[in-house]
Amino acid sequence: MRKLIGIILLLIIAGGITLSLKEIPFGIPKTKIGEHFIKKGIEETGATNIVTSVVVGYRGFDTLGEITVLFTAAIGLGALLSIYRKRKADRKAEPVSLIVYTGCRFLFPILLLVGTYIFIHGHLTPGGGFQGGAIIASAFLLMYLGCEGKRINDKVSTVIEVLGGLTFVALGIAGLILGKDFLFNFLPKGEPATLLSAGIIPVIYIAIGLKVGSELAGIIDNLIEKSQ
Amino acid sequence: MNFLSEYIYYIGAFSLIFIGLYIVLIKKNLIKVIIGLSIIDTGINLFLVSLGYITGGTAPIFSKSGLKSDNMVDPVPQALVLTAIVIGVAVLALALALAIKLYKHYGTLNLRKIKEQKW
Amino acid sequence: MEIIVTILVLLMIASAITALIFKDLMNAIIASCIVSLIAAILFYFLQAPDVAMAEAAIGAALVTAIFVIAVKRTKRFEE
Repeated sequence: MRKLIGIILLLIIAGGITLSLKEIPFGIPKTKIGEHFIKKGIEETGATNIVTSVVVGYRGFDTLGEITVLFTAAIGLGALLSIYRKRKADRKAEPVSLIVYTGCRFLFPILLLVGTYIFIHGHLTPGGGFQGGAIIASAFLLMYLGCEGKRINDKVSTVIEVLGGLTFVALGIAGLILGKDFLFNFLPKGEPATLLSAGIIPVIYIAIGLKVGSELAGIIDNLIEKSQ
Repeated sequence: MNFLSEYIYYIGAFSLIFIGLYIVLIKKNLIKVIIGLSIIDTGINLFLVSLGYITGGTAPIFSKSGLKSDNMVDPVPQALVLTAIVIGVAVLALALALAIKLYKHYGTLNLRKIKEQKW
Repeated sequence: MEIIVTILVLLMIASAITALIFKDLMNAIIASCIVSLIAAILFYFLQAPDVAMAEAAIGAALVTAIFVIAVKRTKRFEE
């Protein structure tokens, strides 16, 4: 009975949406602000990756809100699971074979290097802070799965996360102190397509990369460790 | 057939949204409902990025300051979807922590049984 | 080129229907991981490399890992 009502409701909505999909043409430019960002992007921000200049330069305030949402979710997860005890490191150590152990130990620094490269060159090549931070968190997940008994140091991870968030807000307030807007681009822009260019955009992406990486690794650590 | 080949991205995105909505409305297990939530997220992100596509365009990245900016794809929907993906994973992590707490408190994850229990 | 995109979209819809039908939760999680991976390939075809990288790293690796750890703490089979 319930299934029947659900299917009929969904079919009515699907019919309505299919009739109106014909009005949205595919492959035709729909907004005008995209052209302005493409034409004036390099001379106003200095970054050659236009998506980066939109995310951090023109719309940096929305990125600050997104970081707040991720931070709140990580804190909520830690608070919900904090009443369970941490299990001791040698209580349920499952033995791993030699090949898995050696492979994980070999891959871990390579993954960290690739993640760091992606968020440092965020303004030149596709990539940026969020992608690099996710790769760093995957490296820590590999360490939990492959090597037995190694855990993340809680205090170091907290310090890195806090420093990343504070750097972002401090750079924004520095723009206010200089008498102009919040998140104003006050460092020199330099030559486009070189590493030291685009003002404060690489500094912000380094802060975001470190913060997101340690936050996601902390989420995985909370989920695996706290058991009853 | 021409209609199908032109609008294939829209059809794929809306099929994902409807399958995800069906899972959220009908299924009883809480973790299955959260899987449905994740499928709805993926469908909406696919729809948003396919709105900004221009036929014959290329990725919005300059290289070596020599590429002409004749026809590049719209960069604004890509920036919005980048934010949406990260927020999706944050919501999923918190929902799973709540599901673990519910299981430890009630002993079951069946939504009908949880609704019938009074404390 | 259109044929490849059509086949990929049909595979994605089939994986989503698989996630709806199976009662073993591990199979449903792997089906949702396949949906994320094919969506990452489609993002690349739509000329969006940043979004493809983000979806592949976050949606296919971290969300699947979080789901598997949560299912290990609760029941594995539906009902």
